[in-house]
Amino acid sequence: MSGQRDFMQKIFWGASTLVTIVYAIIPVVWIISLSFKRNVDLSDNRFFPQRITLENYYAIFQDAQFPAALYNSLAIGLISTALAVILATFAAYAIVRLRFPGKNLVLASSLAIAMFPPISIIGPLFNMWRTIGLFDTWAGLILPYMTLTLPLAIWTLSAFFREVPWDLEKAARVDGATPFQAFRLVIVPLAAPGIFTAAILVFIFAWNDFLFAISLTSTNNARTVPAAIAFFTGSSRFEQPTGSIAAASVVVTAPMIALVLLFQKRIVAGLTAGAVKG
Amino acid sequence: MNKPRRAERLLGWYLCAPAMAAMMLVTAYPIAYAVWLSFFRHDLRFPEQNQFVGLANYAIVLTSDVWWQALGNTLIITVCSVSMELVLGMLFALLMHRVVFGRRLVRTATLIPYGIITVIAALAWKFAFDPATGFINAVLGFDQSWFTRRWSAFLVIILTEIWKTTPFMSLLLLAGLTLVPRDILKAAQVDGANAWQRFTRITLPLMKQAIGVALLFRTLDAFRIFDTVFVQTRGAQNTESVSIVGYNALIARLNLGLGSAVSVLIFLCVLLIAAFYLHGFQMARSLSRGQHQ
Repeated sequence: MSGQRDFMQKIFWGASTLVTIVYAIIPVVWIISLSFKRNVDLSDNRFFPQRITLENYYAIFQDAQFPAALYNSLAIGLISTALAVILATFAAYAIVRLRFPGKNLVLASSLAIAMFPPISIIGPLFNMWRTIGLFDTWAGLILPYMTLTLPLAIWTLSAFFREVPWDLEKAARVDGATPFQAFRLVIVPLAAPGIFTAAILVFIFAWNDFLFAISLTSTNNARTVPAAIAFFTGSSRFEQPTGSIAAASVVVTAPMIALVLLFQKRIVAGLTAGAVKG
Repeated sequence: MNKPRRAERLLGWYLCAPAMAAMMLVTAYPIAYAVWLSFFRHDLRFPEQNQFVGLANYAIVLTSDVWWQALGNTLIITVCSVSMELVLGMLFALLMHRVVFGRRLVRTATLIPYGIITVIAALAWKFAFDPATGFINAVLGFDQSWFTRRWSAFLVIILTEIWKTTPFMSLLLLAGLTLVPRDILKAAQVDGANAWQRFTRITLPLMKQAIGVALLFRTLDAFRIFDTVFVQTRGAQNTESVSIVGYNALIARLNLGLGSAVSVLIFLCVLLIAAFYLHGFQMARSLSRGQHQ
């Protein structure tokens, strides 16, 4: 009796697992299969391609638009990440390790900014950037990305830094390490996972953004991948080039999925750190 | 004040100063500037007509059908997607919590939507539902042109939202779920409580905080929906969200005065939503307590 129940439960959980996996990967498999379809087959209403072709991939790399956007996205994403993580590390270290008035102000402002609707600052930024010459430049996107991800980075890093056994540094000093050695050999390895987690989350935000990218750029100078893909033009201005869009999507999605899956433990820890410990 | 204490203070301020300066410069100053602009007639196409108009921009926005329609649309999208995400996210969280074999697999799968750019997710679903390129009509046996009617367009937009953001919800809920002590659940089981009773009487009340935080973040996020609507309909068939209205006024029509009034109103809506949750789930106290530990 109980054996049968166990069996039914196993079937139930197994089926649920399967449904979940199918749910998650259907659009991904769909866009991959679209990207391999020949242009004549794009309207065949089939899920899988009848014949596989790489013509869409050749097409996107022959046009100047997509390689430029890829380069912009990578550079802007990496620079924003580095800056946000450096500033957030300073702030989080101070919040966790030091006593000073105004600490709550830092935490409260970052919480407020985490809830901030980006559309509210698009107009002023557009006007300011035009005036001071940041419109359609890397810096014009790096500044808002860095700032809007600071709260996420500060909260994640604070949560991680609270777990670091800081006394080990003192112990290392007692054992004869110089301050720099104690910092480099003891503190850095302990804090590195948290910093790395914050970096991944910041990069994903910058990589994903669309609103700033279409509002504050106008050419290949600084236009990032999401904006470029949304404005891809086909043979006529009013027709979206489905095949090229699909191929470009696969090119930028594959490395991101690899990154997310490779570091899934860190991402889960980072996403939940600020929220649950609060 | 003794020396070390003062040095500590100064170091604290120095370390926080760059982050604070950036946050002030790129968010606080622009929002103040937006409030300022919203009191002016300020159209980049007609710069000679700039003048102070008081609350006239707000009067124009608040008496226009476009704003109220968009607000209604945004609320429909927010309520439908967040409530569905709560249910689905809870199911995924329970699944990840319960399943021993394949737990990693489920977690891996649910993270895939998180790693995909929203614009790409929106395009993938758009192509899937499109009568010309898509497979949905063929699979369901429909002959529906999804984006030419309001309700079907909403359906696709909401589906895309749910697909993309449920992983985030389920991870937050899973983290709350792991905080529920197993021995209480065991004790209840011994006392004869069935699975449903254990879930509703023990697990849910203990997870109130986690659910509150997850709902707060997702509601605020859903309320500012822009990417999916822009990519799938551009606001056609009366599917505009408030962020689309703001974008159209500010960037497409370069009307900074009127657009800023829309921006400020959206900002106020977000404050209202946050206040509603912080009050409703009594989170304000626990959030500040968490920071002091």
